[in-house]
Formats: sequence, C-alpha cells, structure tokens
Amino acid sequence: MEKKLYTVTIFSENTVGLLNQITIIFTRRQLNIETLSVSPSALNGIHKFTITSYASQDIIDKVVKQIDKRVDIIKAYYNTDDELVSQEIALYKVSTQKLLELGSIEALIRNYGIRVLELTETCVVFEKTGTYEETQKLFDELSQTIGVLQFIRSGRVAITKSKVERLSDMLASIEKLQ
Amino acid sequence: MKRIKGSEALMEALIHEGVDTIFGYPGGAIIPVYDSLYDYQDKIRHVLVRHEQAATHAAEGYSRVSGKVGVCLVTSGPGATNTITGIGDAMIDSTPIVVITGQVTSSLLGTDAFQEIDVVGITQPITKWAYQIRRPEDIAWAVARAFYIAQSGRPGPVVLDFAKNAQVAMVDFEPEKCNFIRSYIPASKPDDESVLKAAELINSAKKPFALVGQGVILGNAEKELADFLEKADIPAGYTLLGESAMPTDFRLNKGMLGMHGNIAPNIKTNECDVLIAIGMRFDDRVTGDLNTYAKQAKIVHLDIDASELGKNVSVDAPVLGDVKCSLPAITEKLLPAKHTDWIASFDEHVQREFAEVIDAETNPQNGLLKMGEVVNAVSEVVNHNAVLVTDVGQNQMMAARYFKFKQSRSVVTSGGLGTMGFGLPAAIGAKIACPERTVCFFTGDGGIQMTIQELGTIMQEQTGVKIILMNNNWLGMVRQWQELFFDKCYSQTRMTNPDFVQLANAYGIASRQVSERTELKVAIDDMLKDDKPYLLVVNVEEENMVFPMVPVGNTITDIMTKK
Repeated sequence: MEKKLYTVTIFSENTVGLLNQITIIFTRRQLNIETLSVSPSALNGIHKFTITSYASQDIIDKVVKQIDKRVDIIKAYYNTDDELVSQEIALYKVSTQKLLELGSIEALIRNYGIRVLELTETCVVFEKTGTYEETQKLFDELSQTIGVLQFIRSGRVAITKSKVERLSDMLASIEKLQ
Repeated sequence: MKRIKGSEALMEALIHEGVDTIFGYPGGAIIPVYDSLYDYQDKIRHVLVRHEQAATHAAEGYSRVSGKVGVCLVTSGPGATNTITGIGDAMIDSTPIVVITGQVTSSLLGTDAFQEIDVVGITQPITKWAYQIRRPEDIAWAVARAFYIAQSGRPGPVVLDFAKNAQVAMVDFEPEKCNFIRSYIPASKPDDESVLKAAELINSAKKPFALVGQGVILGNAEKELADFLEKADIPAGYTLLGESAMPTDFRLNKGMLGMHGNIAPNIKTNECDVLIAIGMRFDDRVTGDLNTYAKQAKIVHLDIDASELGKNVSVDAPVLGDVKCSLPAITEKLLPAKHTDWIASFDEHVQREFAEVIDAETNPQNGLLKMGEVVNAVSEVVNHNAVLVTDVGQNQMMAARYFKFKQSRSVVTSGGLGTMGFGLPAAIGAKIACPERTVCFFTGDGGIQMTIQELGTIMQEQTGVKIILMNNNWLGMVRQWQELFFDKCYSQTRMTNPDFVQLANAYGIASRQVSERTELKVAIDDMLKDDKPYLLVVNVEEENMVFPMVPVGNTITDIMTKK
C-alpha cells in the first residue's frame, strides 16, 4: 500500500513514561518517527504530542487506535498534510566572514523571511520558520554558497484546518460519563 | 484515616479490593510487605510458589475460573523479571492480574543498585498499566486504579512497582475506590446505528455463522449469547479461549475453530453469508490465510476493544462495546428465524471428521494408548463437569478437542502466547479459586518440566490438582511439524525423562503410571476417588499426531486429516 506522511496528534495526561509507551507502538509496526514535538496543550495538565511518520493509511490507522487505547492517552488521531496547517523552525549558523563575502544579505532576508538571532565576529545565526521544504531550500542554498556550520530543525507543530480543537468539549463529555 | 506503614497500607488497600489470595515469593526488596503480610494471615492467604513465573500463571488460572483479579507479590530484580512471561501471557489472553514487584529504595533508582531492574520500562508494552509507587501517599490511589484498570474493559495485567522506602515509611491511610479515569473509556455503550446495521445484516442472512470468543466469558454474557443464537437459529463455532462459553452439547455449538479445530466450523466459515464474530480477535491460528478467509461473507464484529475492530479482517458492521450489552441490543432487533437446512449441512463434515479422525483417536481397539482416548476417558469419568487446564502443544489441542463442558469458565489454557509451562501453576491457581470443582490438568513431558518445581507448591498447599501427564518422550507438537513439514528431521525434540512417578512420590503426591488400555479406566477412577493431588502418567503412542490440521498460512478450508 502507498506510504505517505501522516501527522499523528496525541493528547495525554502528563505522566512519566508516556513517550515510551507511544514510541514502542511505532517500533512494533516498524515505523520511523520523522519528527516529534511535545508540549503542554492549551489545557492545564494535558500534554500534546505531534508526531510525523511515513506509513500506509491501514497501518497508521491501527497504530493510532493502539495508542488511543493506552490508559493515560486522552485522544489520538491522524491527519494528512492537506488537512493541516503546520510549521517547523530551523536555525542556521554560518560564518560571518563568508556571509560578508556575499556582499549583501538583503536578498536572503527578503526571499526567505529569515531573522537574524545572533551576530558575532565569527558567526551569524539565522532563524527560519516554514514547512520542511522551505527550511530545506534555504539550507540547500546556504550549503552551496557559503556553507552551513551548524543546522537544527524542530519537529512539526500542526493544527487542523477543518475544525477547532475542541478538547475541552471532549473532556466535558467524558466527565459526564462518570 | 489511620497512621500505618506503607507495607501495611498495601495490605489494607488489597483487602479493600476484596483480595483474599496472593501468589508470591519473598525477597530482599519486598520483605517489609511480607512482614506486614504475616499480621494479615487471617484475611489473606499467601501461596508460596517455587518460581515467580509460576506466581503469575497461578494468578491467571485463579482469575480465569473465578472472574476475579489474580494477585502476585514478588521481589525486585530477578523476582520481577521472572514474572515477564506470565504478564505477557495475561496481556495477550486478556486476563486481569495485578503484579506487585518490590523495588529498591527511591534514592537508589537508576544507579544499578543490587537487584534493581527497570520493571516499569520492561513491562510497559505488555501491561495495561505499569506504575512505580515511590511515596506511601500514592498507595491507596495506585492500588485502586490498578484493580480498576485490570478488570475493566478488555481485562489485562497491571504492574505496581513498589519502592522499598514507600513500604517502610508511615502514611495516613484511607482506602480509595476507582471507577473512573478520564483518559480511559473501558467499554463504550454500543451505539444504536451500529446495532441496527448489525441486526439488519443478520436478518438478511440465509447462512449466518457465529464465532464465539473469550469476550463472551469475560463479559459474563453466556446467557445473552444463547438467546442471540437461539432467536435467529445461528450455528456457532468457538475459539480456543471461547471454549465452554457454550455447553458442548448445545444444539447450535458446532465445535472449535482454527488450526486444530473441527472440520465443519472451518469449512462453514468460508460458506456462510454473514459471519458474526463475538468477543474474538481473528487470531492467525483461527483464520489461516487472511487473503482467503471468509471473503464471501459480510462480517459483523462485536468487541470491547476498538483497536481489534478491523485489525485483521475488514468488517462490514463493527459494534464497539461489551458483548453483555451489544448482544441483547442486537437480539432485540432480530427476527426469529429457522436455518434448518443450513445447520443440517454441517453434519456431513461432522461425520467425515468422526470417520477420518475422531473414531480412531478416541476408540482405538489396539496399539498403544492415544492422547484423544485419554482425554475422552477422563472427561467421561468427571461427567464433563470439571475445569480443564492444559499446557501447550499436542496435549493442549487434544484436551481442547476431546474434553467436554457443561458450564462456563471451565477452560484454562495459554492461547495467545502459547506458554509451555503455563499449565501446572495455572492448575494450582484454578483449584485454589474453586476448591469445590475437580481440576484436570493435561500436560506433556515437555511442558510439565518447564515448571515442574511447582509440585513443591502442590505439596505445601495440598492443592488437589489432578495431573494427567501424557508422556510420549517427545516435544510432540514440534515433532509433528518436523515429521510433516521438515523431512522428519527430529532436531532436539527427543526427551530423556525422569521417572515421573518417583518424582511425584518425592513430593508426597500420589502417582501411578499406565501404558495399557485395560488399565486406563481403573487408573482414572483411582485418581478421582478423592480430592487429593494426583499425578497420572499415561504413556502414549510416540507418533500420535493432532488432526485435523490446517497447516500454518493455509486457507482455513485446506484441512489435513492424516499424514
């Protein structure tokens, strides 16, 4: 079956060892995790995981059900890119000397919307947010021209286009079951 | 509220959950709990096993026949790692047990201290929940939650890793009760739409066929199942773990499914027009090749676990929920029906199986004793009323095929994990859970030796387990595969065995050995004349094979009945 990139969103209680419980379910199905981002959600005490992975829909569906089944997982679901607005952040460190040799960095800033975070005699740190393709494009261009000393990219953060994330409504309906 | 030690709080919390029996083994990091247990002997019976793995299997056996949560108590490190097989077994066979492991004191965690092991990390993939109690204040909460999780929804094992400092520290203790966790919905209420869709499919069926799994037993839904099958006149087959959910002689019970199941239910799986799976999970030993499995049928699947719906077989009408609720909801919408011709069409396969397999296996006139006739003979003597416990392999399949049942919760076997060595300790647990019932444990010379040290537990507890050891001096099921599929290359399956009768005698357990057909009935009567433990060694034909057989990966209708 055709593999594509899925974004898995998981809401959980903030308990020790949850990440392990999630990743071993990916491992059992021989899926690589491409990106992973974990942070407190909008609701106090509830954590949100955003995980991307290449898989067939059949497999990602089963993996998400098995994650959702874990006791401390509140809700897990998956989306494809067309259903999401997503963003990643990347940092690039380049040599100040080589950057100056370019003449001007105006084009870089205008074309890529980068921000300069730090500037020293030896190096400059840029930040760029965007999709994977966008941050990669800048990386490729810098690599081919002045070289990149260090590079780091975050995991994806994403929200769905189609619906509001009504986790609080869902929690309220769960609480009613009590 | 009273101020007590953590170890005492554990006792109080267990009693609050209705625990009266623990299977365990003491050791360094759990001594404070055993110290408190000593003062609670009038309320909690502790069964001292001979190996921690046996504690978990005994707890499983106890749970399977009683429906209660089985409890184990072991020490840290090797004590904990020895429970892994039983925890895995309980996970895959949906058996509620709570395993309490000692742990080194909190300040030493992560330092490779003596007998420290990361129990929570190791057991996370094979438990419903694993939690480390590091403070005595967590005991009431964690124990309540553990029991709730273990027995609610699809049951399974829970591990509580109990750090030594929390055992010895003082705490103001008040027992808690847990019946709600917001992130955990154990059993959804079946929704009306899916119930209606399932009922409509079943009503439209001309050739309906039901598959009965352990979910029926776990949900105490035997009566609801019978009502459902009766109303629409639906024949049913059962999985290994679903055995005894229907009495053997029930009109609509058409026998066991799967690799060594009966011919008729396997053939009919691929002839029916609507297949109704009830609390079962389409295991590969039941389905054979999924690409050719029931492709002609619409499939209705009732299960409590959403992740099972559509996991192996794509389903036309999934019904999520406890079968105790979903079965009567569907039954209410069923039109009474008669499927006389369809049901009669099973008969030719029943007759074929009798002629080609069963008659020779259960009524041989000459030659060495066969496993089937031994199982059949014991079942007759106990009037089909006993609890059957099996080990794994040929003994298990023969016992499941030929033992008969009148009441539910009468089969204790390791289905999913297929754990050799499961049987002896599981039989101990089963007998302790229901001392008034006869417990017949069928095993082989391989399986019994994996946990044979538990004869010591039987001796100490005087547990009246009836052990029927069908000895062929081979690892019989592997030998069968080697003969059939590996050019008779009998690699490492021949066993040189001890004198099992002498071994039993050394443990003070009555024992006898039979090899002759004429002695068998007398020996069984002798074994069952009282309620004391007994080991009956029956020397059986070495080449005896389990048939019918659907070779692994074959279509479920591709059935061998002989070599």
